[in-house]
Amino acid sequence: MPAKASRAAFGEALLELGAKDDRIVTVDADLSKSTMTARFAKTYPDRAFNLGIAESNMVGIGAGLALAGRIPFVCSFACFVVGRFETIRISVAYTNANVKIVGTHAGIAIGEDGYSQMGLEDIACIRALPNLPVIQPADELETRQAVAWAVEHEGPLYLRLTRQNLEPVCPPDYRFRPGRWLVLRPGNEVTLIGSGGTVFNCLEAAKLLEADSISAEVVNAASIKPLDEEGLLGSAGKTGHVVTAEDHAITGGLGGAVAEALAEALPTPLKRLGVQGFGESGDPKSLYAKHGLDPAGIAASVRKFLNR
Amino acid sequence: MADARLVLTARECRVQIIRMLTHAGSGHPGGSLSVIDILTALYFGRLRHDPRYPDWPDRDRVVLSKGHAVPALYTVMAKAGYFPESQLITLRKLGSPLQGHPDRTMLPGIEAATGSLGQGLSISLGLALGLRLRRSPARVYCILGDGEIQEGQVWEAAMSAPKLGRPMHGLDNLTVILDYNKIQLDNFVAKILDLEPVLAKWQAFGWTVIEIDGHDFDQIAKALDQAEATVGPVIVVAHTVKGKGVSFMENDPEWHGKAPKPAEAIRAIREILGVGEAAWDGYLAKNPPTRALVDELSALEKT
Ligand SMILES: Cc1ncc(C[n+]2csc(CCOP(=O)(O)OP(=O)(O)O)c2C)c(N)n1
Ligand SMILES: [Mg+2]
Repeated sequence: MPAKASRAAFGEALLELGAKDDRIVTVDADLSKSTMTARFAKTYPDRAFNLGIAESNMVGIGAGLALAGRIPFVCSFACFVVGRFETIRISVAYTNANVKIVGTHAGIAIGEDGYSQMGLEDIACIRALPNLPVIQPADELETRQAVAWAVEHEGPLYLRLTRQNLEPVCPPDYRFRPGRWLVLRPGNEVTLIGSGGTVFNCLEAAKLLEADSISAEVVNAASIKPLDEEGLLGSAGKTGHVVTAEDHAITGGLGGAVAEALAEALPTPLKRLGVQGFGESGDPKSLYAKHGLDPAGIAASVRKFLNR
Repeated sequence: MADARLVLTARECRVQIIRMLTHAGSGHPGGSLSVIDILTALYFGRLRHDPRYPDWPDRDRVVLSKGHAVPALYTVMAKAGYFPESQLITLRKLGSPLQGHPDRTMLPGIEAATGSLGQGLSISLGLALGLRLRRSPARVYCILGDGEIQEGQVWEAAMSAPKLGRPMHGLDNLTVILDYNKIQLDNFVAKILDLEPVLAKWQAFGWTVIEIDGHDFDQIAKALDQAEATVGPVIVVAHTVKGKGVSFMENDPEWHGKAPKPAEAIRAIREILGVGEAAWDGYLAKNPPTRALVDELSALEKT
């Protein structure tokens, strides 16, 4: 499979699922070309609602549609949809409305548009709500499965997608399951956990580390909430060192979730890699290098962490 | 009669907008070209400001609420002297103060972080009120996009403005300008969520509404004069053309958010300068700076 953006895989998956299940509807806020629901809208015009630049209204209408038995996918850039946090908090979460919130353009990987368009605190916000799973697929295959699962799952959830292309990382027989992480590469000296856009870089980093005779276990944490506690503790117990790498603010994301779980169940030395401070404009490659999220940066952090 | 100097300045700014977006390889030409005449009218003759003293407490404020059009703002700021024009082509590059959307902390002269649509009017209300509370003569100009005013927060602000601060500190110092170019991101505004009747809406919320052609400097000047003389907040509804000045960008939603390729940029610049295809080589021979610009952009094609 060629590299594909998870937003593109989402758009295609939704189009196919929409043919089988007419409860599926899309709700957008003037970004349907970017969230990739535009083709769904073209194919099923009576099931696609573009409400203009009005994200609070979009979330609320999504909640109402869900209460009336539809399965709404409410889509915008992660920063704008989760920016309507308090509406999500009450109309979606507390109401327990079956809304699928989709945030695209995750992280600094969007590059040149700069901080105002980057979803950087969305995982932290949504993770704080009791009843929303947080899912971030790492490639096309996993995205398709996560979208299919989202349709089946009764209840609200948050799907975090990338603008940039993602290299395939999951094996062809892979099955997405919430609360289950996938070990992509076994190792025994350090557990390297990525999610979404950073998974491939973790794999590349593991190759660099192998050249230095460091054995890294690489884990794809698509299900950030619920996390895979059994898998996490098993790997951490084996390697004794955990490193998380995510394209999200350093506070409250995957690294935060892993820190919480380890601290209570199996205190293990932990290094969190993520975005420090505000994001900024720049080409995505340089931004990843600056924030140490490229393969070389991740490998360097692991070496330093292990004192090697 | 239109001020010839403003027409010339706006034309130069249009050329620079195209140039910087081409260098950046991304950005928003349509909304930058629709708003540049308004910004030119503000920065050259209207604003009381001092580019050497950007934090002068009594300066007039411009809040570009439709922050994605910031390339237009950068061009007038550079021309006014806030920073060297040579810096324009650092737009969107790592480390540049010319962020893809306005960053107040990185570039003196930017009044607020915008780029998340719908927030600038509330900030402008607060600014205008704060200035009135300390008896500053400064005025606040807030520029909104037409798609942008679909945001609920805009209407919360609109509803509060006429009474805010009254009776002592009413917002007689606030002028809002709506860049009514009829296009948003996904499509034409009327196809996504029509604003009409937009004049009546603002009037019903208690605003003084002035309707103009946003590419006519005489009408812009007259409207801004009238706004200054009006008690209470004023909105100038400026009819504009998205992509104004470049035939293939005008009125086309496709040019909301993509940068021209070098060859497209050169054609755009030729059109902005008002030179026909046949006369172009002759024009370039007689205009070395334009020749140099064309060479600069052509070189981008190869990299
Ligand atoms: C809150 C928010 N939602 C969505 C966007 C994405 N976006 C950027 S520009 C744009 C369209 C803006 O249209 P308009 O206000 O008419 O601007 P103009 O035509 O002047 O470019 C959208 C939806 C955003 N920047 N902020
Ligand atoms: Mg518009």
